[in-house]
Amino acid sequence: MLNKFPLWKNLLILVALIVGFVYALPNLYPDDYALQITGARSSTQVSESVLDRAVSVLEDKGIEVKQSSLNPPDALIRVNSAEAQLEGRPLLQKTLGERYLVALNMAESTPDWLRSIGAGPMKLGLDLRGGVHFLLEVDMDEAVEKRLSVYASEIKRKLREERIRYRGGDVTDDGDIVMEFRSESARESAADLMQDEYNQFRLRESETDDGAFQMELLLSDVETKKIQDYALEQNLTTIRNRVNELGVAEPLVQRQGQDRIVVELPGVQDTAQAKRVLGATANLEFRLEARQDASSAETQTFPFRDQPNRTARLEREIIVTGENVANAQQAFDQNGQPQVNITMDGPGGDRMLRATRDAVGRSMAVLFIQYDTEEVEKRVDGELKMVEERTVDRSIISLATIQSALGSNFRITGLDSTAEAAELALLLRAGSLAAPMYFVQERTIGPSLGQKNIDAGLMSVTAGFVLVLLYMLAYYRFFGVVANAALALNLMLLVAAMSILSATLTLPGIAGIVLTVGMAVDANVLIFERIKEEIRQGMPPQKAIHAGYSRAFVSIVDANITTLLVAVILFAMGTGPVKGFAVTLCIGILTSMFTALLVSRAIVNLTYGGRNVSKLAIGGKLAHA
Amino acid sequence: MRDSNREPINFMSFRRVASVISILAVVLSIVVLGMRGLNLGLDFTGGTSVEFAYEQAPDLENVRQILEDKGYEDFVVQNFGAETEVLVRLREDLNDDLARELTADLRDAGQQLEMVRAEFVGSQVGDELKEQSGLGMLLALFVVLVYVGMRFQFKFGIASVVPLAHDVIIVLGLFSLFQWNFDLSVLAALLAVIGYSLNDTIVVADRIRENFRKLRTGSTQDVINQSVTETLSRTLNTSGTTLVVLLSLFFLGGEAIHNFSVALIIGVVVGTYSSIYVSANLVVSLGVTREDMLVPAKENAKDQPEEEEKPEWLDRM
Repeated sequence: MLNKFPLWKNLLILVALIVGFVYALPNLYPDDYALQITGARSSTQVSESVLDRAVSVLEDKGIEVKQSSLNPPDALIRVNSAEAQLEGRPLLQKTLGERYLVALNMAESTPDWLRSIGAGPMKLGLDLRGGVHFLLEVDMDEAVEKRLSVYASEIKRKLREERIRYRGGDVTDDGDIVMEFRSESARESAADLMQDEYNQFRLRESETDDGAFQMELLLSDVETKKIQDYALEQNLTTIRNRVNELGVAEPLVQRQGQDRIVVELPGVQDTAQAKRVLGATANLEFRLEARQDASSAETQTFPFRDQPNRTARLEREIIVTGENVANAQQAFDQNGQPQVNITMDGPGGDRMLRATRDAVGRSMAVLFIQYDTEEVEKRVDGELKMVEERTVDRSIISLATIQSALGSNFRITGLDSTAEAAELALLLRAGSLAAPMYFVQERTIGPSLGQKNIDAGLMSVTAGFVLVLLYMLAYYRFFGVVANAALALNLMLLVAAMSILSATLTLPGIAGIVLTVGMAVDANVLIFERIKEEIRQGMPPQKAIHAGYSRAFVSIVDANITTLLVAVILFAMGTGPVKGFAVTLCIGILTSMFTALLVSRAIVNLTYGGRNVSKLAIGGKLAHA
Repeated sequence: MRDSNREPINFMSFRRVASVISILAVVLSIVVLGMRGLNLGLDFTGGTSVEFAYEQAPDLENVRQILEDKGYEDFVVQNFGAETEVLVRLREDLNDDLARELTADLRDAGQQLEMVRAEFVGSQVGDELKEQSGLGMLLALFVVLVYVGMRFQFKFGIASVVPLAHDVIIVLGLFSLFQWNFDLSVLAALLAVIGYSLNDTIVVADRIRENFRKLRTGSTQDVINQSVTETLSRTLNTSGTTLVVLLSLFFLGGEAIHNFSVALIIGVVVGTYSSIYVSANLVVSLGVTREDMLVPAKENAKDQPEEEEKPEWLDRM
């Protein structure tokens, strides 16, 4: 029958709309202002008693607590306003001490039944909620050079061990290693060695003017890429750790392109503090445990990191620092016990070897040094003020017996668990940046500006939406109602899709939605104009509806696919704001095709389908009337 | 307009005049672009921009004087959105504490203000962005050319890409002429203009193709007039609704998307014009004939409305 969808099609559309409705729903529940309490270390869990203490402190000061919940390992306290939140944070931090971090957060208030099916609201971009945005660039040349020099000293040592005589062997400015040999056979055996153990290098052999046999070691592109990736990953890890120190809720630390890292800290307004922490260097020191008879002038006592009451006496002399750790990986020894494999760079390896050669049987400690900032109450000009101070915290993370002389590769054993080993490896890596980083971009958006943007954006979307609805209603009468329903459902589906993909809504994103609203109407306009045209040419209404939809189909698909192509290119090439715009445009095109072609057709079919219709309420004077 | 299906409007009689106007507009835009360049935003140039909220509307001249006295160079001071909001842009980069120094300096001079927003972009990032967006634009045009060439016919491909370039150049020209700030959001708008104008062009092209197959008589010009006339009310309605939304963005959306909406409004108007007078015009000039549009014999293009029409590209690909 003409203009009747089969039942399954109607049901399918209905199901899609219901799913869309459910997933768009969380956006109607506004976020609560909240204070989040986390342990300063990953091992610290927030307990019931800590939470109770926090709540009572807040209530004593007259801050109303809306709800408090313990979601191990964190705890969340919801309050009523942004002011209460701002007032509460320093209060809690002071009460709970430095074992816990108190962060400002926005807590979803999505009901449990919605959350249980994975529904949640859209995330708001920084421009809508306020905060800081940094773009950091990793100095890749430096990273490669650092790694190369490690290789160079390793290779030199190998050559010495194999008793192959060479000259040179340093990293040149062009980023390769050049060495000379006296005979061709020496070069041959060196080349064999290289092929066996350092196949990441390409070899180029030549002879110099003074008759020496030269060998050039060029790092392969694959290896260079690997080093760069590693450098970026390591810096990412370091930055992530540091961001956690800042106590920011829902921070974003993300790789961007080949050599950049994006850091977004919602709610942070003080860029100075943020940059100090991000730029800070946590470090490691390797020291020998002091002999029993060592004089106190030569020793220092440090606490253990996980057991503050236990201490150890260490020599004052530092063997190497974390700067010299080139890599650290968690692994297992032959007995299946967790260990951490450490690779030192050239100078570090040499110093380690020299120090440990004569110290077999003694213990070596790994000392973790943390540069931190904390708020301290201080008397300034007779007034009590909160002042930020840099603190240095040194503690031992491992103390183990030296089994044999250590070189550039060694391992730390005697760890309790895999988790501890993994954390140690991470800390060792996090201790130093693989390569220097620079701030190349920075944005601060005040929360008031964020609110202003939301208000203006929402207002313009609403106004534009209402105007379009009126326009369509006036022009197309009943069909205008259909188009409007399709438009509203389109908006709902768009919001649902953004929520499901947990896409971030930014200001250009709102602009993208507005544009989609305007353009989504186009498909319906195309169809309705076509129906009108067919009726003018004398086609009966039922047939005209059918012809209108099916003939406009080709134009709509063509036009939308080309626009979609452009949107996809925008997404692929763009960064930041352009990307936000492209995401909403892409999703908007897809949902608008669904609503314009299927949903609006379903409504028209349900109204007119399968009965005798002599006239359509589509507006305008029609020829056959 | 409503009864237009009987009397095709002779759009193409103006095609020579329109060609001259379009070519002139494009050439002028390029000349202006060459002479004045674009007032590129921070995203592209690199530098620092700081936005302040004053308690009372300040005298901008006064603010400039203070900054000059404090030894700042190469800066721009302008109102941003409201009278009490001031935006200061500096070419200087790599000094990330500039925003705070600036705030302190202005406060020292007795001004009552709050810093609302600070941005800092390294110049290298800006250069890369310029390169990347130019590349993105070219890639977008190329993909459109290929897609439309495949879907319709190569001449149509050209007839749909040229108007896109036309629209982009004219919008750029106007931004250059009035020295409006060209930032990332305007770039996004420009790309949206491409999408929009394309949409328009394709709809008209679609109808031209259909009419070539349907109307067995009449010259190319007649067919085009007929097609443009038939799609006219759709074109006007779509442009109308889009413009309604854009105008509400322009008036209510706030300063942050002001230039975005300006670019789109110009783009939509120019894009609507170009889909008729550049695209359809080119179809005539390039000498598209009925034969170009003939479908392979197995498909009977005319009567098949009883069945849900399958998109033809499924058959073709």
